[in-house]
Amino acid sequence: MSERLPSAAPGPDPMPISGTPADAPVAVPPTGRGALARGEARLAWGLLAPTLAIVSAVVILPLLAIFWISVKPVQLSDLRPPEFVLREDLRRIEAPGDEGAWRFRLRNSSPDRALRDVSFSDVVPPGLTLGPLPAPCAVNGGTLTCRFGEVPGGWRETLEIPATATDAFDPARDPDETPAVTEAQATSVLTDTTFTLENFARILDGEEFLSVLWATVFYTVFGTVGAIVMGLFAALLLDRSFKGQGLLRGLYLFPYVAPVIAVAFAWIILFDPFSGSANALLVQMGVTSEAINFFGARPLALIMVTVFEIWRYFPLSFLFILARMQSIDADMYEAADMDGASPFQQFAWLSLPQLLGILSVLFLLRFIWTFNKFDDIFLLTGGNAGTRTLTVNVYEQAFAVSNIGAGAAVAVVIFACLLLFSAFFFRFISREEGL
Amino acid sequence: MTVRSGIVTGALLGAAWLVTLSVTVAVVLSFATGGAFRPSVLLSALWGAAAGAGLVVRPGRGAPVAAGVAILAVCLMPLGPMQAGPEVGWPAALTGVAILAAAFVLALRPTLAGLVPGENDRHAFEAAVIRFLTGFGYIFFTAIVAIPFWVMLVTSTKNRAELVTNPLDLSIDLSKGTGLFRSYVELFADFNFGTYLLNSAFISVVTVLVTLAFAIPGAYAVARLRFAGRAAFSRSILLIYMVPMIVLALPIYIAFSVTGLRNSMIGILLIYPVTTIPVALYMLQGYFRGLPAEVEEAGLMDGLNRLQVIWKITLPLSLPALASVSLYVFMIAWNEFLLAFMLLDDPSKFTLTRGIASLNSSEIPRQHLMAGSVIATVPIMALFLGLEKFMTKGLAAGSVKG
Repeated sequence: MSERLPSAAPGPDPMPISGTPADAPVAVPPTGRGALARGEARLAWGLLAPTLAIVSAVVILPLLAIFWISVKPVQLSDLRPPEFVLREDLRRIEAPGDEGAWRFRLRNSSPDRALRDVSFSDVVPPGLTLGPLPAPCAVNGGTLTCRFGEVPGGWRETLEIPATATDAFDPARDPDETPAVTEAQATSVLTDTTFTLENFARILDGEEFLSVLWATVFYTVFGTVGAIVMGLFAALLLDRSFKGQGLLRGLYLFPYVAPVIAVAFAWIILFDPFSGSANALLVQMGVTSEAINFFGARPLALIMVTVFEIWRYFPLSFLFILARMQSIDADMYEAADMDGASPFQQFAWLSLPQLLGILSVLFLLRFIWTFNKFDDIFLLTGGNAGTRTLTVNVYEQAFAVSNIGAGAAVAVVIFACLLLFSAFFFRFISREEGL
Repeated sequence: MTVRSGIVTGALLGAAWLVTLSVTVAVVLSFATGGAFRPSVLLSALWGAAAGAGLVVRPGRGAPVAAGVAILAVCLMPLGPMQAGPEVGWPAALTGVAILAAAFVLALRPTLAGLVPGENDRHAFEAAVIRFLTGFGYIFFTAIVAIPFWVMLVTSTKNRAELVTNPLDLSIDLSKGTGLFRSYVELFADFNFGTYLLNSAFISVVTVLVTLAFAIPGAYAVARLRFAGRAAFSRSILLIYMVPMIVLALPIYIAFSVTGLRNSMIGILLIYPVTTIPVALYMLQGYFRGLPAEVEEAGLMDGLNRLQVIWKITLPLSLPALASVSLYVFMIAWNEFLLAFMLLDDPSKFTLTRGIASLNSSEIPRQHLMAGSVIATVPIMALFLGLEKFMTKGLAAGSVKG
């Protein structure tokens, strides 16, 4: 935690500054940036370029994409582009001399998206004489070409081209042997120019949005405060040296280090209403007469996921607070002892003020990350029973309701909140030198 | 009489200790034996208060023993602080009560040391309260951390019948021998967990290498070189921390669906390092900044260029930091769930976390789910405990992220 944000203030810099050529006739202070400084900046950007490239590709582009998608009516099914599907066969033509048809069954695989510039071409099977061609088709040099232009979603058509087999016809030959070449331009809703504000209207819709907002605020505020208070308590416990201190510190970090999916399922099984040990224990101790549905009942589920959040993240707060505590000068406590301050007074008037910086930085950072948290709630309750926070709502809208556009709209709302937080964060942290 | 009066303090702390301990011992014994041990908060408080006040008044050598024997005696009557259910045999019940009495005396005596029956000064009073809170804290934190992991481990060794008959029983039946590991054998034999384990290890290691390859030059540039926009860059690293994964996951899912990168290791390996590069860069630049610049300048004077300086001087000096960063990045990649869950559908490419998610169905018994969880947890725990020094440093250095 001793690291500070690099500030713009000029500090002692190890690099030699050079701007004057060695053989300058008069000693003039250097103006502008010299060759070495430019070279250094070039090297710096060279070293940063790979990181910049990959981060912008995977962070900046998706963020822009989110804004774009949030104003488009995209459904999950739209991600598979519509296709022009063609099947061909020969009807009633089995031997030379037969009169029948060369049949094409065509359709647009999407029920609602149109296809543009739809056409196909196929080599006329040898030994087949074609009769009058239907309107969109033409034969040119032994190749049949049919053009349909734009076809609507759900379009189906069967083309039967009358044909007569001549002696050269080979019945063993499958017309598919020279497959038809199809062409179609899919109009993807992702790239066209239809825009809508319905996504936002939908997710900001009254009651549901309020309940999502309430869950988010409750989870974020209590999760953050709880984790910090517990972390402070744990840090106070471990801020002394005794045998096994390292072991306990390692143990208390377990919840944070273990994979979230493993501990989330362990909690679900521990608190299962039918065969969970926690319920069995409570019933047996006479605390409750019937099983409690910890993750399924309305106010309790939200409290439980918040408790889980506190449980999982108190180790981090405790690690940071402990690091800060151990750097507090012990002399101060001796002096306070001499002056007759009691242990609680020492904590309140010495330790807390010293810890205030790290506590507030922790609060801001944890606040933002708790706000961002998705996995934990998703695994514990799936967002049911009043635990749907904004982040879970992104998933819910995009994949459960299959409305990608609405999911993106929620993501935009989240992003707006985060911009607000981080503006506050940087304003605050530039004064507070904790990090 | 105020709270600081020795008798009142002793009574309060005695009550608090006996309530804490009778609940703790009852929970531990219930889980260990599967039998019903029931603490009574009210009676515990009453007897604890009596014992505490008594110990303050008569702090002699024999007093604690007397208090212990008294607790033991009342426990055997129906008015004790902890009662064993009728199905618990008397040897177990007696052992339980003896443990409770011994723990109570061992905890209470040092807690009340230094208290006088009359009015105490703030120091003595607060010291006693703090001694209780410390003891309580150790019990509380150890319990809340250990119980879920213990449940995970024990559930994985049971079979369906055992799980249903007595959910309270959290003991490991050692007489089953190798039968304890049946779920694990089935996971590896029938559920491809060997492949998942390899996939996870492969993806995590590659993520660490790629992350370091990107983050080391970047961090060096931010820490040592001067260029316009350095401060802004440093800040934007922090800002990227703050973008939630689910917001990025949605467009990434769309892009991967359209380009066919979904369901491929390449796709995952494209994304994972990017989620860890900002963290690694931030941690490393902090460390690089702390290295003495003079050594590097000496290298430059002796004719090395910057890249050689990084390779021959900076990197060897920062091996401990590299270890911390690698471990931390490995942990992130190993534990990652959301992207693996959204982007992988093909069982041959599952990572461990994705594999566990696929076990979460009503057709698959719960001990398999827990065995999968243990398989995912043990390697990262072993790594963590083995290299705790680096890991703790890594956790503390760059990241409040979780």
